[in-house]
Amino acid sequence: MSDTTHTGPMLAADGSPLKRSLERALRRQKLRALALIAPLLIFILVTFIAPIADMLFRSVENEIVSETLPRTVVALKDWDPTLGELPDEAVFAAMAADLQEAAKAKIHTRVGSRLNYETPGISSLFRKSGRQASKWDLEKDGPFKDVLIKSEKGWGELDVWKTIQVYSPKYTNGYFLNAVDLEKTASGISPRDEDQQIYITLFLRTFAMSIGITLSCLMLGYPVAWLLSNLPSRSSNLLMILVLLPFWTSLLVRTSAWKVLLQQQGVINDVLVWVGLVANDDRLVMINNQFGTVLAMTHILLPFMILPLFSVMKTIPPSYLRAAKSLGASNWTAFWRVYFPQSVPGIGAGSILVFILAVGYYITPELVGGTKGTFISNRIAFHISSSLNWGLAAALGAILLGFVVLLYWVYDRLVGIDNVKLG
Amino acid sequence: MTKQDQDAFVVFDRVQKSYDGETLVVKDLNLSIGKGEFLTMLGPSGSGKTTCLMMLAGFETATHGDILLDGNPINNIPPHKRGIGMVFQNYALFPHMTVAENLSFPLEVRNMDKSEREAKVRRALDMVQMAEFGGRRPSQLSGGQQQRVALARALVFQPELVLMDEPLGALDKQLREHMQFEIKRIADNLGITVVYVTHDQTEALTMSDRVAVFDDGRIQQLAPPDELYEAPQNSFVAQFIGENNTLEGVVQEIRNGVALVRLDDGKIIEAKPVNVSSPGERTLVSIRPERVEFNKDRLQEGAHTLQAEVLEFIYMGDIFRTRLRVAGNENFIIKTRNAPDQRRLQPGEMIDIGWLPEDCRALDA
Ligand SMILES: Nc1ncnc2c1ncn2[C@@H]1O[C@H](COP(=O)(O)OP(=O)(O)O)[C@@H](O)[C@H]1O
Ligand SMILES: [Mg+2]
Repeated sequence: MSDTTHTGPMLAADGSPLKRSLERALRRQKLRALALIAPLLIFILVTFIAPIADMLFRSVENEIVSETLPRTVVALKDWDPTLGELPDEAVFAAMAADLQEAAKAKIHTRVGSRLNYETPGISSLFRKSGRQASKWDLEKDGPFKDVLIKSEKGWGELDVWKTIQVYSPKYTNGYFLNAVDLEKTASGISPRDEDQQIYITLFLRTFAMSIGITLSCLMLGYPVAWLLSNLPSRSSNLLMILVLLPFWTSLLVRTSAWKVLLQQQGVINDVLVWVGLVANDDRLVMINNQFGTVLAMTHILLPFMILPLFSVMKTIPPSYLRAAKSLGASNWTAFWRVYFPQSVPGIGAGSILVFILAVGYYITPELVGGTKGTFISNRIAFHISSSLNWGLAAALGAILLGFVVLLYWVYDRLVGIDNVKLG
Repeated sequence: MTKQDQDAFVVFDRVQKSYDGETLVVKDLNLSIGKGEFLTMLGPSGSGKTTCLMMLAGFETATHGDILLDGNPINNIPPHKRGIGMVFQNYALFPHMTVAENLSFPLEVRNMDKSEREAKVRRALDMVQMAEFGGRRPSQLSGGQQQRVALARALVFQPELVLMDEPLGALDKQLREHMQFEIKRIADNLGITVVYVTHDQTEALTMSDRVAVFDDGRIQQLAPPDELYEAPQNSFVAQFIGENNTLEGVVQEIRNGVALVRLDDGKIIEAKPVNVSSPGERTLVSIRPERVEFNKDRLQEGAHTLQAEVLEFIYMGDIFRTRLRVAGNENFIIKTRNAPDQRRLQPGEMIDIGWLPEDCRALDA
């Protein structure tokens, strides 16, 4: 071959390097492909990636303090809170000026609520003093130390100023610290009071219960998937409809059905009492606790385990089991040494799917979880819609996302993600 | 039970099988296989061969009748206790194990210790010339190599009986012929009994001690290959094995072991009556293409001849294949050896053809 005789790059017929002409030839093709997927790409960017990025940004963003109280932030820079003294008059004067301006723009309550997340009570200082601030004459009414403390005596507390100082930078790790039960104080990072530590427990509970749900889905789903892939097609089609049936009813209806079944005056307890297994005044508590959540979520997530398992098992020819038996393996050995290893990709896919869905689940734990069976996502929802502490919600969400990604990575290292087959 | 059955290693005794309770897939199967015999079940697809093999292996239960292995009924023994080696059509090599692990599997489940296992695996791999491939996964092997591994795996635990269900079906022609030879050689060396299933008649003829021709759930003929080819017992076997010319007619007279058959165009020929018994019966007369003679010098004195028109001459290298019109049949083939003095017939030529009466068999219509 003539090409192997010269050592330079391969040349195309017109003398240009082959690589470049290949690239040129492929570019048009790539552009056309890109144009085809552009609508989807834009849709995903706008509705999926952008909100997540925005949320992640909110978990560290803290511009509100330095924007609303610019003078105070500058003046506080040199204050040393460890001396145990209130800041000097310059700081109070700066605060008065900031407050007046903020009150004029009607944004003083916002910074109050923001700081209130960190030190409860601050929001009322801003609200009440802000109302009076318009009357102040910044030139004459000083010293403002007295004015402010007179208007709200909270301004005389060291903690308030410490909080303002700690949260004056544009970006903060405060939300994240908060999300793992730590707090940022003037003297550094320290654990929160014990009665305020809830997030670590919630995270651990969320993960533990999700693992429980995944395992119970696996144990219930494996035999069903096996039946699905081994029964004659008529019965397996019927079974498949039964597996998919839950998808045709609303999630809310299914969860409410569990309420009807599980509550103390519910169907199951009634039957148990009627049969005599349970005394009437000693009815089982099966709802508003972890048991209820695991049970209801196992039911709801079961199809997500069965379907990937089924799609993998369907591709395992029955001749493998026969071969194993003809080689002398008992039924159990044939299953365990030959069938099971080949179904592992399905187990991996189903488990990852169920686990990730479970970790972020919200409606079912909210309805049947009570206080002991709620997940971290319920807390996130609370911060999004009730306490309006979006920064903390974002930090919690980011931690959850991080954990899931980490888990994915670990799984990839241990089992290999290309072993996951969804169909 | 006959004397032969008692000596036999595998016996099917009036075995029937139905999957749906409506049709019999295997109808009254009686078959005894001797120790060390290479028996092939040959038949068209759907004739029940695999079903018979699966009943013997224990994956299907016989609806009626007994299967005996070494004199003992095995109907109630589960497959993994029968100790029968099996080669599957798609090999069924376990994809998550290496070749060596695949071979080691039957030894592990028999609780053999490690050194013994390794020795046996090595010997089995040597036997199929796959010694260097022990560490590979089945997916990294070619079809022929997978076939060898499957064979080695079926033999590694030293079963006395090995079943093979169309083991060469997925290979190309050249490899298939090579493996036919290989399998036969190994089976002879080890002295094992083999029940081999195929729908390829050449494979059946070249490998087997005896061939059981299956059709419609019954054995149509059970005979050594040469007998099967030269003396088919009915027209199905004659058609199914090898190339065959047929002429339709009515039996006119049977005398001294020779039947006179009046062909549909009125000509009369002599034939050996095989399964016709009385005059007036319709019959299919069967003649092998290589037994037809058109050179008058080589025909017997007084032999019946038929007039034929040459339609097509095909040069095939070692042989010539000529298509004729004979007694209304336009697909009458004759084969002649490519010898220096052999005539090459021309299309349109009229010739007289004849044959020995014993090569011409009057079979059921
Ligand atoms: N598991 C089964 N269930 C129902 N019918 C079957 C089954 N296996 C085979 N059959 C039927 O039995 C007949 C014989 O099949 P088989 O033994 O596989 O034939 P062969 O191996 O000779 O091609 C076929 O008509 C086939 O449809
Ligand atoms: Mg078959």
